[in-house]
Amino acid sequence: MKKILLSLMLLVGLNASAQDTLSTNNAAINFDATSAGSPEKIEAISKQVKSKLVVKTGDFVFAIQMQSFEFEKSLMKDHFNENYVESTKYPRATFKGAIQDISKVNFSKNGKYPVVVKGIMDMHGVKKEVTSNGALTIAGDKVTASSSFKLLLSDFNIEVPPVVGDKLAKQATITVNATFNKK
Amino acid sequence: MNRYQLKKYLFLFALVILSSSSLFAQDDLLGSLEDEKPPREYARNAFKSTRVITAQSMEQLSKGVLDFRILHRFGRINSGAYEAFGFDQATIRLALDYGITDRLTVGIGRSSNRKEIDGFIKYRPIWQSNDGAPFSLLLTSGFVKDGLKWADPNRDNYPSSRYSYYHQVLVGRKFSDAFSLQLMPTLVHRNLVLTEEDKNDIISIGVASRLKLSNRLALTVEYFRHITDLPTGYYDPLSIGFDIETGGHVFQLHFTNSLGMNERSYLVGTDGQWSKGDIHFGFNISRVFTISKPKEFRKKKE
Repeated sequence: MKKILLSLMLLVGLNASAQDTLSTNNAAINFDATSAGSPEKIEAISKQVKSKLVVKTGDFVFAIQMQSFEFEKSLMKDHFNENYVESTKYPRATFKGAIQDISKVNFSKNGKYPVVVKGIMDMHGVKKEVTSNGALTIAGDKVTASSSFKLLLSDFNIEVPPVVGDKLAKQATITVNATFNKK
Repeated sequence: MNRYQLKKYLFLFALVILSSSSLFAQDDLLGSLEDEKPPREYARNAFKSTRVITAQSMEQLSKGVLDFRILHRFGRINSGAYEAFGFDQATIRLALDYGITDRLTVGIGRSSNRKEIDGFIKYRPIWQSNDGAPFSLLLTSGFVKDGLKWADPNRDNYPSSRYSYYHQVLVGRKFSDAFSLQLMPTLVHRNLVLTEEDKNDIISIGVASRLKLSNRLALTVEYFRHITDLPTGYYDPLSIGFDIETGGHVFQLHFTNSLGMNERSYLVGTDGQWSKGDIHFGFNISRVFTISKPKEFRKKKE
């Protein structure tokens, strides 16, 4: 009985360590929604993105507090939070998905591995499937996941009034950069 | 199995349960990113502008932002068709406000009415947030300097007689995205008053509110009730207006019984009465410029 229990515990323990979940609180997301020919850039950056990556399965998630986006002009930030993403109603945006070809990535060998990420983007109360090309870069103890993809604002019920149409594009380019430490 | 062994097995059993439950937690990877407590977020945009209509609002300029304000009040609507219901006369105040920090704003202005120059400093020691104070508290102090020529150049005139001062406490709360309310106890001190009966210190308490009708349109109202007596022939100011936002501008359109656009002139110098139709149409235009950018945008990385 004792032996069974002990081996069971050992098994569970091994299993847990094999999960090897990498995590960071300082991933970066920036977006650019500048319309062609706009006199000012509509772009923002946040470096307070939480992210996790499970080495074995490729499961990948991130969550961002919408108010953490910083803009060049504070008025843009006000309008972004109040008129577009309504961040008091929808404070967070999240992504839950997986890196499709994680088995090709050798985490112990330095290099840049092209990957495909697929998952559900949840923003402004709307869930939508997103597939995007990205890369995993292994450099010593550092694992960097990066990807850039386009989102149609209308897919997320974010309206662009005609009056700002010459500045604000109908789609935004989102760039995600998450650096994890293996240790 | 003795009691000791039983205890040991129970302990091991508990360990297994615990470690397997941690495995279950792994399944919800996204859930594990949930904050134990949500990060602090300060209440912003309780009002569209740093002024409700004429009075200071509980909003401040962000750090590094310059606000150029153009204020107009036309003549009285009851002045009749000959005066185009007030549009033939216009009084203006031009002003520049600047945000030194997110909590500290300073400003200067010049009014055509009595050729007054005014300046103020506005500080926010308490800022409403989701996990902190349920309200914001701001302190404003300022001066107004009269610029008219001396009424009687032959008597002893002192430069200090031109000055008035004011101190204001703003206590406000953004109750929801749509509704904000603030109270404004205010003291105006005039160094020189017209008659012996007039008081140098006038205390009043104001109330102001904003109700959003849509994302870009809001209804605003502000009213001050005097506590110490106002000079004869002067009344409490009441203003009702709309805030309209278009990109970098905020237009504030309103009706008011006050011609004044600084604290002395609207708190102590309002000689119109709503009941008699002494109503002025007016508008404020606020245009903000970002002078100092946030650190993320100072250097362009290419």
